[in-house]
Amino acid sequence: MRHLSKYRRHRFAGPMLLLFALFMIGTTYSVANATPKLSTNSFAKTTAIDEGRQIFLRGCSSCHGLNAEGGSIAPSLIGVGAASVDFQVGTGRMPMADMSQQAMRKKPLYTPEEVAALAVYVASLAPGPAIPTEAVVEYARDGNTAEGGELFRSNCAMCHNFAGQGGALSRGKYAPSLMDSTPVQIYEAMITGPQSMPVFSDKVVTPEEKLSIIKWIVSAQNEPNLGGASMGRTGPVSEGLLIWTLGIGLLIGISVWLATKAR
Amino acid sequence: MKKSEKVVGTVANYVDERTGAAKWLKKNLNKVFPDHWSFMLGEIALYSFVILLLTGVFLTFWFDPSQREVLYNGSYEPLSGIKMSAAYASTLDISFDVRGGLLMRQIHHWAALLFMVAIVAHLMRVFFTGAFRKPREFNWILGIGLLTLGIVEGFLGYSLPDDLLSGTGIRIAEAIIQSIPVVGSYLAFFAFGGPFPGEAFIPRIFTVHVLLLPGIFLALITAHLMLVWYQKHTQYPGPGRTEKNVVGYPLMPVYMAKAGGFFFIVFGVTAFIAAVASINPIWLYGPYTPAQISAGSQPDWYMGWLDGLVRMAPPWESYIFGHTISWNILIPGLIVPGILFTAMALYPFIESWLTGDKREHHILDRPRNAPTRTAIGAMSLTFILVTLMTGGNDLLATHFSLTINQITWASRIGVFVLPPLAFVITKRLCLSLQRADRDLILHGRETGRLVRLPHGEFVEVHEPLSAEKAYTLASHEQIPALDLPLEDGAGVRRPKALRAKLRARMSAAVTEQIPKPTSEDLKEIEHH
Amino acid sequence: MSKEVERLSDPGLPDHVHRKADHDPAAADKAERQVSILFMLSVVGTVGFIVAYVFVPSDKFIFVPVMGSTNAQQLFLGLGLAAATLFIGLGAVHWAKTLMPDTEEVAERHELRSEEVDRQDFLATFKARGASSGLPRRSLIKRTLGLALGLVSVSPLILLRDLGPLPKKSLEETSWKSGTRLVTDPGDRPIKASDLEIGAVAQVLPELTPGEERTLNNIAKDAVLLIRIRPEEFQLSPERLSWTHEGIIAFSKICTHMGCAVALYEQQTKHLLCPCHQSTFDVPQAAKVIFGPAARPLPQLEITVDTEGYLIARKPFNQPVGPSFWERS
Repeated sequence: MRHLSKYRRHRFAGPMLLLFALFMIGTTYSVANATPKLSTNSFAKTTAIDEGRQIFLRGCSSCHGLNAEGGSIAPSLIGVGAASVDFQVGTGRMPMADMSQQAMRKKPLYTPEEVAALAVYVASLAPGPAIPTEAVVEYARDGNTAEGGELFRSNCAMCHNFAGQGGALSRGKYAPSLMDSTPVQIYEAMITGPQSMPVFSDKVVTPEEKLSIIKWIVSAQNEPNLGGASMGRTGPVSEGLLIWTLGIGLLIGISVWLATKAR
Repeated sequence: MKKSEKVVGTVANYVDERTGAAKWLKKNLNKVFPDHWSFMLGEIALYSFVILLLTGVFLTFWFDPSQREVLYNGSYEPLSGIKMSAAYASTLDISFDVRGGLLMRQIHHWAALLFMVAIVAHLMRVFFTGAFRKPREFNWILGIGLLTLGIVEGFLGYSLPDDLLSGTGIRIAEAIIQSIPVVGSYLAFFAFGGPFPGEAFIPRIFTVHVLLLPGIFLALITAHLMLVWYQKHTQYPGPGRTEKNVVGYPLMPVYMAKAGGFFFIVFGVTAFIAAVASINPIWLYGPYTPAQISAGSQPDWYMGWLDGLVRMAPPWESYIFGHTISWNILIPGLIVPGILFTAMALYPFIESWLTGDKREHHILDRPRNAPTRTAIGAMSLTFILVTLMTGGNDLLATHFSLTINQITWASRIGVFVLPPLAFVITKRLCLSLQRADRDLILHGRETGRLVRLPHGEFVEVHEPLSAEKAYTLASHEQIPALDLPLEDGAGVRRPKALRAKLRARMSAAVTEQIPKPTSEDLKEIEHH
Repeated sequence: MSKEVERLSDPGLPDHVHRKADHDPAAADKAERQVSILFMLSVVGTVGFIVAYVFVPSDKFIFVPVMGSTNAQQLFLGLGLAAATLFIGLGAVHWAKTLMPDTEEVAERHELRSEEVDRQDFLATFKARGASSGLPRRSLIKRTLGLALGLVSVSPLILLRDLGPLPKKSLEETSWKSGTRLVTDPGDRPIKASDLEIGAVAQVLPELTPGEERTLNNIAKDAVLLIRIRPEEFQLSPERLSWTHEGIIAFSKICTHMGCAVALYEQQTKHLLCPCHQSTFDVPQAAKVIFGPAARPLPQLEITVDTEGYLIARKPFNQPVGPSFWERS
């Protein structure tokens, strides 16, 4: 597939790549290094770490350990980074409601401020992926929908289905639907690899490509029904169900009317 | 004489002098067709075929059956600039750049699904009512042929757009061809013009899909209908209906209006579904490349049972003398379907061998009056249903919070356990329905009115059945089991005694019935 | 044949019940009006169809409950066509039911078997005519004709020979050679071991030499999945372990069952799942099959790094990739 290499030579590719590389380095550096420092301006940050630690001790430490070192039922959080916390807690997956196969997306337990504090606390433990807020805001400008679709089908569709509706994994696990995911959450998931999902490293799927993927997903979220009711966008199974119920049902109904004597 | 009548008369005279059609037409305009909703199922299949021809011709005007690589620059934004085959690009063009093109594509695909649904429903009607019995065995076999061709034609049709989902289907079809012992890889290379996917397959299946198979379809459907016409339609049992007559409405005008109108109804319903419900949204699937795949890749429903069989297959492969035999593909992909379709085609002959019944039948059986046949039907349907559900096991898993592994294991066991269970339950059910019929004829309908007898006992008043109803319930005949002597008169074992014994035993099972009431039974009851 | 039990006597066809329209002209006129209303609805449908075709722009969307935001042109074209056809059908059937004669007619059925005289006559004619051809007597003609017809029917098969080349060894070969770099798919960028974090995956293809083009035929055999886990998690033989590089292991992405792309990697359980038939492969055990219909593990590609630190294949695959075939040993 020669065409896939073409956006290497896209006229924005060089500058954009540089910009994002700088930005990513900058953010990572600031999150990783700024937190342990106790400069005069870092009073707010320190309090945020403390606040985050308090929330952590109340809500997370029973599984993840008092120092986030992990336990028999939960992984260590040292080095997972702020992005991971923001994704897991911000989408309501953590804290888990029960010990099921998989943490489900649900209503977040904590307010955005509390999530932010938790993220700062976990990020202060060791360097890890930072929350990519500002990078993602620009997906509309820097992403390419069609290329994003190509990347999505190569890297994501096998689990999340061709239209991002999600799909089954082994032993009761599943890849969730992406229809409610925000651009930031999608970005966080790609760089942190939550739960069953693998990590998509920046050298393998570049930040620019990630933005294209996000742009495609956003377009899929808003995809209008070009041919009528979408029926879940899961392929031929729902089509088969419809023809065996509504289709043949309507026609049998009419046949019964046709074969009944009029009065 | 009015002017218009004069014109028609002139034309009719002109045609008849050259064809002698009047005699044939006179006879056939009076041809009688029995009316029943279940007799419309075959018509639905016929009319969806006509719809498929009409919409299919429309689609060929724009479809480019080529795997040549092109850059898409049509109006569907999320794919613009993507490299794809001309087949996929032209399908996108039909969908978005030809007005009404998407509607025609959707009618075509929905009609294809409906065609297969109607064929299967029609097959069930014919099977459960015993309409396949002499003299209609040929038509049964033609029907099985049409069903098989329909599956192939449907598969080829949805493979044409060369999208990610259908390409995956072709990939699997290639693996099945490749798994055939000895000649598999040669056949695959011939079919694909080299290694998979190549650039030859879609142009080739296009010709097969639009020319070869529709031609065979037309020939088989014509033969199927001519036989129905010539042998006259079967009818349900009822007063005045015998093996020697057919009761219904004449071709002209009633049947013409109903059947002709029903074509428009089938077209209208298909168009309605195509207007409101999306089907095969290939623009969402993306173009095919072998390195990509979507979660939940399933075939259309009439292939789903095959896919389910493959999903539940055990991981068996044999390695003998430097050769590989893939039982995990051969068993579910070729052997089991082969056995199923052969058994289905031979069923009329098997049944008549076991009942010893070689007479013509034009009155249909009520399913309960052929308990073993009905049970065999229920067993087969259960088998297909289990495999069909396994074909969607990943969607079942996500929608009902199950695990793929549980469903697969349940189906691996269920496919052996549930069909025999369905057989036993259905047979018992039929026999008890026969018992209920017998009671109904002998004792009449329960009215729910209680009457106190002079000596104080309460009894429910039973209303006797009308003569028509009683006749409908009891007009069928009950064939006794074959009596096959194992020894000849001198007490010497006959040759093939073992086979005869087996046949007699099976015959006894097939003909198991609740004795139906006779006129004598009724008379006897009247004396009370 | 059977000892036929005595049947209940056939009461004969039930009496014909007249419809309202049969004796009440007003009811008949009403039925006629209903039929023509149905036909007029069809006319309205066709008009709507034409209006939708000419006037509704293809990029107009409307919100319909249950269906959501829907393309208006497609919807109205479809509804117009549906009404145009459906109401013709409903009208015709209603007409047939209410106004056409509804007395059931009885037609006699005749046994399909021909009269005995005709059968004998046919047999005699057939035999006589057949004999007059000389075919039964002249066995030389019979045999040579049989041979000729048999052979001529082979000729289409001969013509089909050029449908495709012989497979030869091509099912066993891929583009991977010793030293081929692994490049990302899509993107075609070479990757270093350090580019992959623990838990990361990469879809890769062999790097193209200048002037070479990648075809789908190549991808169908070359697609490879790279997975990085902690090296201590491998449960591999020393030989297979040496095929990995710093915890990075490479598998053919083409399922050994039916050739689908196996790329559903579950990072926590380290399972690879095929979405077509749910064969599950365990990555730390060299993609051993732990569930589903696949019989063989995914072929592992031996990888290392070149002098510049980019991941390369050390050797081609040591076995054919993809589904089984007869010649595969």
